[in-house]
Amino acid sequence: MLKRIALLGMPNTGKSTFFNRLTGASARIGNWPGITVDLLGAKILLGGDLVEVVDLPGLYDLHGFAEDEQVVRRFLQSNPVDLLCIILNATQIDQQLPLALQLCRLGLPAAVVLNMADEAERLGIRFDPVALAAGLGSPVGLISAKYGQGCAEARDTLRRMLNQRPAADTQALQANFAADDALIAEAETLLARAVTMPRMLEAGLSERIDRIALHPVLGIPLFFLALFLLFQAVYTLGGPLQDGMAWLLEHFRDWALLPLQSILPGWLYGLLVEGLYDGLGTVASFVPVIVLFFLGMALVEDSGYLSRIAFLMDALMAKLGLDGRSFVMLLMGFGCNVPALMGTRVMRSRGLRLLTLLIIPFSLCSARLQVFVFLSTALFTSSQAPLVLFTLYVVSFLTAFGTALLFKNGLGSTEPLLIELPPYRLPTLKQVGLRGWREVHHFLSRASRFIVAGVVMIWLLTHLPPSAAVGGSETLAGIFGGWLEPLLQPIGIDQRMAVVLLFGFVAKEIVLGAMAVVYGLEGDALAQLMTQQMDGVQAFSFMLFTLIYTPCLSTIATLRSESKSLAFTGVSIGWSLALAWLLSFLFYQSARWLGY
Amino acid sequence: MTMVRLSELAMGQPGIIEDLDAEEPFRQRLQALGFRIGKQVRPIRQALFGGPLQVQVGSVNIILRRHDAAQIYVWAEC
Repeated sequence: MLKRIALLGMPNTGKSTFFNRLTGASARIGNWPGITVDLLGAKILLGGDLVEVVDLPGLYDLHGFAEDEQVVRRFLQSNPVDLLCIILNATQIDQQLPLALQLCRLGLPAAVVLNMADEAERLGIRFDPVALAAGLGSPVGLISAKYGQGCAEARDTLRRMLNQRPAADTQALQANFAADDALIAEAETLLARAVTMPRMLEAGLSERIDRIALHPVLGIPLFFLALFLLFQAVYTLGGPLQDGMAWLLEHFRDWALLPLQSILPGWLYGLLVEGLYDGLGTVASFVPVIVLFFLGMALVEDSGYLSRIAFLMDALMAKLGLDGRSFVMLLMGFGCNVPALMGTRVMRSRGLRLLTLLIIPFSLCSARLQVFVFLSTALFTSSQAPLVLFTLYVVSFLTAFGTALLFKNGLGSTEPLLIELPPYRLPTLKQVGLRGWREVHHFLSRASRFIVAGVVMIWLLTHLPPSAAVGGSETLAGIFGGWLEPLLQPIGIDQRMAVVLLFGFVAKEIVLGAMAVVYGLEGDALAQLMTQQMDGVQAFSFMLFTLIYTPCLSTIATLRSESKSLAFTGVSIGWSLALAWLLSFLFYQSARWLGY
Repeated sequence: MTMVRLSELAMGQPGIIEDLDAEEPFRQRLQALGFRIGKQVRPIRQALFGGPLQVQVGSVNIILRRHDAAQIYVWAEC
């Protein structure tokens, strides 16, 4: 007689992944007595015996009223099952243990598998499998079905259990469904004994914090304060790190690269050192700030504050066809657009997702900020400069919200907002660091391709043809700038800055490097020169245009891969360019007309 | 005991879930987060400007918009 294993668990526990690991390619859809739906089943060889494994539908509660839950009950009552293999999501064990208890009390042999053990470990959750097994009355194994860890041992446990126990009988199945309340209390005691959750503030404390954080009047101002503090922290820490990086890069250059000037042919030295190394250098020195932003965002997410922000801002966002979460992503975009765009993956509704993707590029990211800080300190007084920056941030928000309003009828959201407000958590440094690192790494590996290509391109375009003065109007770059000039003159941008804008398309971090090449100066000398090249009105118009016209290439590439639509990406770019020109035009012409 | 919508409960007033009158994907998500028939749910606070509702269901706090909460029917003490 063929022995039968039934695979059970809640939806989204990686049950199918585990099923596939167990059964390989031999799974077939079939039907069984007592139920009208088809299920996935397979026959596998387990320790020399042929065993049937059936993947039962995901269920939350054995006494539930959902169709899937009825199917599971009927299956168990009509088909003899020799072993239950219960799969739980280890990261949500506190919510899933009651189901495991329910199933273990059925009177059938059972083995419990905690999937996503790798993720649970990363979250700081620790298990005592012996205590869990004692409380459940069944062996417990930790696995990661995705990576295969622990699966061989799980398979072995299943084999052992099948050989130990005699074949079960449907009559012996006791319908001893313990009352839900008693079960939950039992689950809680078992959890306390056998599982260590990461330091979660107890419910009472979280509630008290929320009374302030979500206070009807204080909530939103407090949030802006927290945001301000985050930015302050990033730039306070990031500033010295940035200087340190720049120092390192400069010294390496002087020590290792300068001597190459005598060895390499002029053009190659220029390309490699002045083009590639210097260009990458301006970007690389900026990495510490980006990393800090990623860490900051990871902290906001992991601590649980993110959902509070979504709660506070959802009312406003809903009027724009967006969602409280869209606001959070917009905020993430102020550090860097790329992770913010990737964050929209949690949104199921395509319309909501696209609308959010459309507005994120308007966030004043840290790369753009770098350019604005340079220009505003060079061209405005020390009392005007902060005001200029603040205005740019306001414009950033307004263009994002305005775009949402305009496009919401075409793209709006149909997805109901439904998110958990978790208890506040104090994430460990390791947790935040690991998460931040993963995301930074992903971003850097993608962005670096474009930036390398970009800096090489700048160098080539500003140095060819070889007869022209470097960065001058006869170079290829200068010629392109010349083509754009008639378009950009009405907004106060001349041919040289047009060239700079071209390069800003690749990455905003390159803009300062491009200016250095086009004007032949850098740092303070460049700042000095700029005061003679343009006035405050032209500078603001330029910054306005730079803020809106397009995001960097990495962002565009991410837009394309997240939206999976070239057409959408095209609309985004087209709209940004048009809006940038329009706003700069309005500003520049009005300012001139008013006599500035 | 009367049957009311979740959005009609007063802050702090508990209700027992009777029906989730929602479309399938949303219904599933509600269940996954703990909104099950027979469970107690209690609104905690409401955001300003007609924003979302924070409710406690079981040991979990969830936020959802009022018109979505209106799809959940509960038994409440009069």
